[in-house]
Amino acid sequence: MRLTLEVWRQLDAQTAGMFETYEVPDASEHMSFLELLDHLNESLVRDGQEPIAFDSDCREGICGMCSLVVNGVPHGPQRATTVCQLHMREFNDGDRIVVEPWRAGPFPVIRDLVVDRTSFDRIIEAGGYVAVNTGGAPDANAVPIGKDEADIAFQAAVCIGCGACVAACKNASAMLFVSAKVAQFAHLPQGQPERKRRVRDMVGQMDREGFGGCTNTYDCEGACPKEIPVRFIAEMNRGFLAAKITE
Amino acid sequence: MKLDSRVPTGPLESKWERHQFEMKLVNPANKRKFKVCVVGSGLAGASAAATLAELGYEVDCLCFQDSPRRAHSIAAQGGINAAKNYQNDGDSVYRLFYDTIKGGDFRAREANVYRLAQVSENIIDQCVAQGVPFAREYGGHLDNRSFGGAQVSRTFYARGQTGQQLLLGAYSALARQIGRGTVKMYPRTEMLDLVIVDGKARGVVTRNLVTGAMGRFAADAVVLATGGYSNVFNLSTNAVGCNVTASYRAYKHGAAFANPCYTQIHPTCIPQSGDYQSKLTLMSESLRNDGRVWVPREADDKRDPREIPEDERDYYLERKYPSFGNLAPRDIASRSAKEVCDEGRGVGPGGRGVFLDFADSIQRLGESSIRERYGNLFEMYGRITGENPYQRPMRIYPAPHYTMGGLWVDYNLMSTLPGLHVLGEANFSDHGANRLGASALMQGLADGYFVIPYTIGHYLASNALPKVDTDHPEFQAAEGRACEKINRLLAVQGGRTVDSFHQELGKLCWDYCGMARNRDGLSKALELIPQLRSEFWENVKVPGSGAQFNQSLERAGRVADFLEFAELLCYDARDREESCGGHFREEHQTGEGEALRNDDDYCYAAAWEFDGVGKKPKLHKENLVFENVALAVRSYK
Ligand SMILES: Cc1cc2nc3c(=O)[nH]c(=O)nc-3n(C[C@H](O)[C@H](O)[C@H](O)COP(=O)(O)OP(=O)(O)OC[C@H]3O[C@@H](n4cnc5c(N)ncnc54)[C@H](O)[C@@H]3O)c2cc1C
Ligand code: FES
Repeated sequence: MRLTLEVWRQLDAQTAGMFETYEVPDASEHMSFLELLDHLNESLVRDGQEPIAFDSDCREGICGMCSLVVNGVPHGPQRATTVCQLHMREFNDGDRIVVEPWRAGPFPVIRDLVVDRTSFDRIIEAGGYVAVNTGGAPDANAVPIGKDEADIAFQAAVCIGCGACVAACKNASAMLFVSAKVAQFAHLPQGQPERKRRVRDMVGQMDREGFGGCTNTYDCEGACPKEIPVRFIAEMNRGFLAAKITE
Repeated sequence: MKLDSRVPTGPLESKWERHQFEMKLVNPANKRKFKVCVVGSGLAGASAAATLAELGYEVDCLCFQDSPRRAHSIAAQGGINAAKNYQNDGDSVYRLFYDTIKGGDFRAREANVYRLAQVSENIIDQCVAQGVPFAREYGGHLDNRSFGGAQVSRTFYARGQTGQQLLLGAYSALARQIGRGTVKMYPRTEMLDLVIVDGKARGVVTRNLVTGAMGRFAADAVVLATGGYSNVFNLSTNAVGCNVTASYRAYKHGAAFANPCYTQIHPTCIPQSGDYQSKLTLMSESLRNDGRVWVPREADDKRDPREIPEDERDYYLERKYPSFGNLAPRDIASRSAKEVCDEGRGVGPGGRGVFLDFADSIQRLGESSIRERYGNLFEMYGRITGENPYQRPMRIYPAPHYTMGGLWVDYNLMSTLPGLHVLGEANFSDHGANRLGASALMQGLADGYFVIPYTIGHYLASNALPKVDTDHPEFQAAEGRACEKINRLLAVQGGRTVDSFHQELGKLCWDYCGMARNRDGLSKALELIPQLRSEFWENVKVPGSGAQFNQSLERAGRVADFLEFAELLCYDARDREESCGGHFREEHQTGEGEALRNDDDYCYAAAWEFDGVGKKPKLHKENLVFENVALAVRSYK
């Protein structure tokens, strides 16, 4: 395949970035999108240029490290697929492809396509856990959890923390990310004792990090590679209100 | 160098309990005066860092990803073992112990493995308490499956993403401590050297991957939980960032490296499709519960698999290992796949693949049951290959996956360097020559949650540890060495990319030290590796500078270490004149092509001591004593 890439290049958060155009004359349809960038980078380095910086690690859709906006869509055109799992057969010979980093205030660019997502970690640190120390846990089967509830908790727990939801949202809202963690614990007995405190603290931290509010456009759900549903946001809002009222 | 395993005396069942009692404790009020530096935030590192902080120690934790939640452990699919016997099918601590020892081809230390089986139960309790959403039955109790060649159902799982859920559990415990200020977390920070003061590990030197700034971390003890070295093969199922740098640099300081040749090649991965490929993708072994492995009976049969009639197919695992069939252990299944492909019966491009066929199961159970069980795996396969596995058999081929070898540790998980503790895949301890499925997650969490919190206390309480700070000359020297290496890498400015060296090294290791090895091949590799290494140092091209975010530089440092480490791997493989587990030496096989162990001469862990780059390291032997199990031929027929 012959492709033209327009890639965002930016030295660091302080310097303005711009698009550069690259031709890739010999892409294979079996390549993953990141392998295409590897391939381009190899030729850039051979030509004495600096390669395009981008994040990745597992390259199988689970670590949440890869984070590219492809043709305006976080993780690219294929539904429920991280960009590391996106393959070039989804594109056509001759295509022009625009590649950008996540764009959101709370995710400053580090270089090129790499952004700083430590704001997500700080939200989890604010309350995204069950406060239990190691040791002394009761037998794992002591508290049965019905499969239906367990499945809902699981559906929320699959979040990979990639930030596509934020990148997709015109308000840079992190509500889908936060609500997924809140919902995981809200649907499990282990999460009950801290239920109110958790939602309050996590939402508080989310606001402090500068993430925007939700105005129900649902772009986050569409971009989520794990298809986490927006109804968790509604659930979280109810939980948040309840927590506030009883404060 | 003296290898003292410090295995407690007394009966197997009570060793750990007695040892726990005999170890010294650190007074609760004194714990905060001790600082531990934990390198790595995978299952082993995150669980250790969180637990040590809960106990009151001051903890620094580093990882190279942008968040501790992204460690390679996240990718584990299949499950985690525990001897809960919830299924009432005859499991017990002893059975899990025995299966693990046997699965490891009798090359692991009995006492460690027994302890692992003992604490396995606590792990599941702990994870459930953290809110890890394991699979459940309708009645609300935990579900189990049989996995990786076990004849009991002891594997706990969370759909096809058990590692993710366990790591997020450990990460949440870690995040809680970070939030409380008891753990200081340093993401995008790579350890480049270990600092030894007066013979004890007292800290590490790092590079900030965002700014390029060097960092110094002083501590009273250092914990390495930096994962395995499968990426010496370049293409493996590991995350692309996995590397041997931390362990290797500790080895260069005198920490013995044990059994590097014990590498696990996983039988069910998606075959390679081209040279540009950056990694290989694992298809969970659980697929072998319902999929049947076969190749055409005749070589070069290029027909559509669905058109090949039953009697022209060879279900070779069922044929050769009737009692385990498609569930034969990993090393055996992988080697058998290689064998049929070597005979020209492999399928798919390049003839390096075998079929994993679900047609029978779909007919028996219905497509929806198969979808329920493996839906996400089937989708992943479809995305990568562009083929629909509900309609035509998957193609799979073995790929490097896990490394049983690692830094040598004693019963307390301490290396031969006092103060340097090693956890998880980075150590050599529990899996002998072959790891059973669902045991690595168990080991990482056992080490981090339930072993190191006790044993490190004993170390801290029994050693005089005068305060060392980061302007100590040893820190300066270590930083100097790390900077010098970076500058050398940047100065070469040759004509070849880092990745091209990694590819060549990987192919070399795979060809000569992969699924089957022989003396001549290994000797050849030992000639070629130093040549490639010299070329690297003369001709590598690393663009950019050290004072910036520079991914080429990161990779160059890792590949430079792999280029030295590969020699260690091959020395060990050449030295071990027997076949056992993942180490198959063609010279040592039975008439039927099965691995032939040599217990008279090789029933030891080979612990290698660094003796200079390019020089054969010194071998030290820890003889393995089996007091409780009889060494048997590992038969799965
Ligand atoms: C695809 C796949 C599926 C698997 N499935 C299963 C399964 O179903 N069941 C099972 O039991 N096992 C499974 N395994 C094996 C298991 O996942 C790993 O062995 C285990 O998770 C390793 O955990 P760890 O904590 O030792 O290391 P890792 O999770 O690899 O963590 C290493 C940590 O060290 C850090 N690090 C490394 N080097 C440095 C450095 N120089 N400086 C700073 N930080 C550093 C990294 O950032 C990371 O945080 C699977 C493995 C793979 C590849
Ligand atoms: S690289 Fe891990 S999700 Fe894409």
